[in-house]
Amino acid sequence: MKTVFKRTTGLTDAETHYCPGCTHGIIHRLVAEVLEELDALETTVGVASVGCSVLAYHYFNCDMTQAAHGRAPAVATGLRRVLPEDRLVFTYQGDGDLASIGMAEIVHAAARGENITVIFVNNAIYGMTGGQMAPTTLLGQKTATTPEGRSSQLQGLPIRVSEMLATLDGAAYIERVSTHDPVHVLKAKKAIKKSFEIQRNRQGFSMIEVLSSCSTNWGLTPEESLKWIKSQMIPYYPLGIFKQQPCIGEES
Amino acid sequence: MKVLFNEGWCKGCGLCIAFCPQEIIHLAEHLNRKGYRPAQVVDQDKCTSCAACARMCPDTVITVYRPDRKQTAVS
Ligand SMILES: Cc1ncc(C[n+]2csc(CCOP(=O)(O)OP(=O)(O)O)c2C)c(N)n1
Repeated sequence: MKTVFKRTTGLTDAETHYCPGCTHGIIHRLVAEVLEELDALETTVGVASVGCSVLAYHYFNCDMTQAAHGRAPAVATGLRRVLPEDRLVFTYQGDGDLASIGMAEIVHAAARGENITVIFVNNAIYGMTGGQMAPTTLLGQKTATTPEGRSSQLQGLPIRVSEMLATLDGAAYIERVSTHDPVHVLKAKKAIKKSFEIQRNRQGFSMIEVLSSCSTNWGLTPEESLKWIKSQMIPYYPLGIFKQQPCIGEES
Repeated sequence: MKVLFNEGWCKGCGLCIAFCPQEIIHLAEHLNRKGYRPAQVVDQDKCTSCAACARMCPDTVITVYRPDRKQTAVS
């Protein structure tokens, strides 16, 4: 018997607290598999954020710390600057964390070209606190704080973070991927791996935005949630590479 | 066994069921220790070891094996 698929050693033996079908679990696994494949579990420090993934330090089998809400890129900057250059540093942040309270930190980390990897989990809502509107909530989307659906006049338009950060010269690599089916999960893993390789080559700031589900707060089943990513999120948040500094393609 | 479920970890979300091209995964009638109906495969022979289920499982419940050619010929 050949083993085709087994649990990565990049995850600890802890069971996650995530709701059934939550794609945070898939994204954790992808990051963990990449760190295992890069043989980087002993040389990586991750920064968990505030949100459903606040306990990510229990799950990743590498050194982890946890930052105040939105401040993961600032903590990662500190780590980057005090640790030897061969270490890998990543943040794992939700869209509430990264795009509202932490918008300043992420913009300036990208502008400075900090040599870190950012895993940005966009589920278009605040998951942990009970489904309030996030900056990424789609127009018309019902949340606890937009019971009639988000309106552009009352709550403004959703922010496309990848496109926005791609305008900054400091950003080396920015890609948006999704988790709604096995093919896209494989593509997401490839993008995450590329981002860590860029960091390893000291090419600067990279961010992978991963479209993710929140069945509990969207009020859908796990399967319906993945269909919702495909039919509702991807048209507004198109997948693809938004920034790739010329040298990166040549080197890999 | 081509596909093995770590039953106690399963949250019964059904994503493996949704993506199995062979449609051989079902929720069991019994509850696991978490109180969920765990996913299971009864008809192991129909499994093609494609691992789509394992790739979509958010809880790393599933391990997938592929039999060696020789073994397949014998069985
Ligand atoms: C300073 C501060 N303000 C507000 C909160 C409350 N809070 C906790 S999690 C969260 C939003 C999390 O949403 P997101 O980052 O999208 O992650 P998710 O839970 O959806 O994975 C908020 C506002 C907090 N913990 N600290």
